[in-house]
Amino acid sequence: MKKILIIGATSAIAEATARLWAAKNHRLYLLARNQERLQTIASDLQLRGAESVQYSLLEANDFGQHESAIDTAITLLDGIDIVLIAHGSLSDQKACEQDFNQTLKELNTNAISVISLLTHLANRFESQGQGTIAVIGSVAGDRGRQSNYVYGTAKGAVAIFLQGLRNRLHRSGVKVLTIKPGFVDTPMTAGFKKGLLWTTPETLAKRIYKAVEKDNAEIYVPFFWFFIMTAIRAIPTSLFNRTNI
Amino acid sequence: MTTVIHGWGRYPRCNAEVFLPRSFRECMECVAAPGTLITRGLGRSYGDSAIAARVLASRFLDHFLGFDPPTGLLHCSAGVPLAEVLRVFVPRGWFLAVTPGTQFVTVGGAIASDVHGKNHHRDGTFCQHVQSLTLLTGNGTQLVASATENAELFYATCGGMGLTGIILSAVIQLKPIQSSDMIETTLKTSCLDALLEAFEESADSSYSVAWIDCLATGKNLGRSLLVLGEHAEDGGFRLQSGRNVAVPLEMPASPLNYTSVKLFNTLYYGKVRGARKPHRIPFETFFYPLDQISHWNRLYGRRGFVQYQAVLPKRGGSTVLKKMLQRISASGKASFLAVLKVFGAANKNHLSFPLEGYTLALDFKVEPEIFALLDELDQVVLDYGGRLYLAKDARMHEATFKACFPRWEEFEEVRAKYNAIGKFASNQSRRLGLQ
Repeated sequence: MKKILIIGATSAIAEATARLWAAKNHRLYLLARNQERLQTIASDLQLRGAESVQYSLLEANDFGQHESAIDTAITLLDGIDIVLIAHGSLSDQKACEQDFNQTLKELNTNAISVISLLTHLANRFESQGQGTIAVIGSVAGDRGRQSNYVYGTAKGAVAIFLQGLRNRLHRSGVKVLTIKPGFVDTPMTAGFKKGLLWTTPETLAKRIYKAVEKDNAEIYVPFFWFFIMTAIRAIPTSLFNRTNI
Repeated sequence: MTTVIHGWGRYPRCNAEVFLPRSFRECMECVAAPGTLITRGLGRSYGDSAIAARVLASRFLDHFLGFDPPTGLLHCSAGVPLAEVLRVFVPRGWFLAVTPGTQFVTVGGAIASDVHGKNHHRDGTFCQHVQSLTLLTGNGTQLVASATENAELFYATCGGMGLTGIILSAVIQLKPIQSSDMIETTLKTSCLDALLEAFEESADSSYSVAWIDCLATGKNLGRSLLVLGEHAEDGGFRLQSGRNVAVPLEMPASPLNYTSVKLFNTLYYGKVRGARKPHRIPFETFFYPLDQISHWNRLYGRRGFVQYQAVLPKRGGSTVLKKMLQRISASGKASFLAVLKVFGAANKNHLSFPLEGYTLALDFKVEPEIFALLDELDQVVLDYGGRLYLAKDARMHEATFKACFPRWEEFEEVRAKYNAIGKFASNQSRRLGLQ
């Protein structure tokens, strides 16, 4: 039985993953900001078999609350084995280009708040000498592109932070997992036309569940994104500048 | 977001603005907005029942809300797929009291179509095991409806094709099982009369269904395989791992035509040598054979297909069925899947499909000629006092619908009373002349 903290628990990917953990009777603690949906999800997970489900409200950009929220969670879970950080928002790139306040908001939500949480979590995991920290990143963080570079910046920053963290926590036996999905059909991407490259939260959840069990570092989901992003990163700047992807 | 949507038959298709509410409160916001809409679950109705210019998809309204282990009463959001109910509760010793031929319909969809299974003769329809439901009506009120509370709204909503409001959640009665396995027996019958006789003899069977070779003619008319089933009394609870075969793309030209289907039918019928002794199979194989082929509807090609399912009262019996099979055989239009079941008595729902008699389900590739054939079959059905299944319908005429379902006026009255008019409508409801 594992003790699992999920931050951003009302996100589609987090919920799908939580359902898999609930089916294995793990103990869950959920943090999110929407009380109504959190309550519904908590009851659902309980019915699906979770040993217990507790939750608390947290606004990700309320950095001052992070440490106490984490400590409360760990106390109520009576320890911690896994944390999944899944909250985020998709920036309106065009709006961000015109208004730095928008950009700042996006960077706070997708990068700074994550880094703040990781700072506290890293110390707790390090002192206990075991466990897995998993964070949902994005292929967008692999290379900045004109269509979403504010989002890409945030996700890229987090990925680099996690590389350093992975390095630091290696000697404590703590695993750090960066999950890089491509296009996922969730409420966040509701406005996009879906195509062949798109996947579902359920597919992602199965992959995350497996990756947390194993010793993975950075994973692309589905795996074909590894090849796509390797190619994209390899395109010379002069050529890349002419693209519109 | 506007997207192209269609039913399981992939015919017809239309552009729709799709809303994806994540809570009951967001559903209320959708209803408050101007215009009509229709709720859509997993899109397994074959025609245009869940198609409209504005569609409310129940995809994120898929939570379990409560379960009472001593009684087996399950309270869940209407967007929960039956597949999920089975996945979570079969290992705990519970099954659906009534299940359709696919697990990929939502609880809301099962209620809206008042689906039936292979056990209607004993256990009735899905809604006969629904204790209550919560409906969001056209003026934003949430009402609980059951046989004892807002009863007329309950009987209108059950089988009401989503036209009375948005079903938010329901309390359904699961049935206890001793094992997830089924014991299946297959009988071979050489003609229609033999089949109907075999059905009579097997009336005690919990589950029964016949697959008919509808291309057989002459003395072989209506030759079939009758499949009977019982829940196993022991053997543990297991879920199949779900390794599916998938049809990856829509076939540009369908491989299903008269010759290929005739060949398939001959081989399939021939495969069963004689009466098959009872044998044990997983429940998924017994109840959901087609679910194991993902996107099987793509085999029908770009133009899609129409399902035709009618019920004929028992007294017409063999004569009417023979007439229909002869007409289909003569047309040269092949139905890949032809299924016959026996129904028990009708229930109190205004637009429910089953009545005591025989139900025949067929599908046809969409070709211009089939519409005339189906109109002819409609006439046979009407002449003998039968009706068609709305969940499968993509082309029935208004006059046929109103003749088949005389309680449609009562249904409209209930809709008017509960503020559904001008709020909930589908392409199908408009085609059938409902407001």
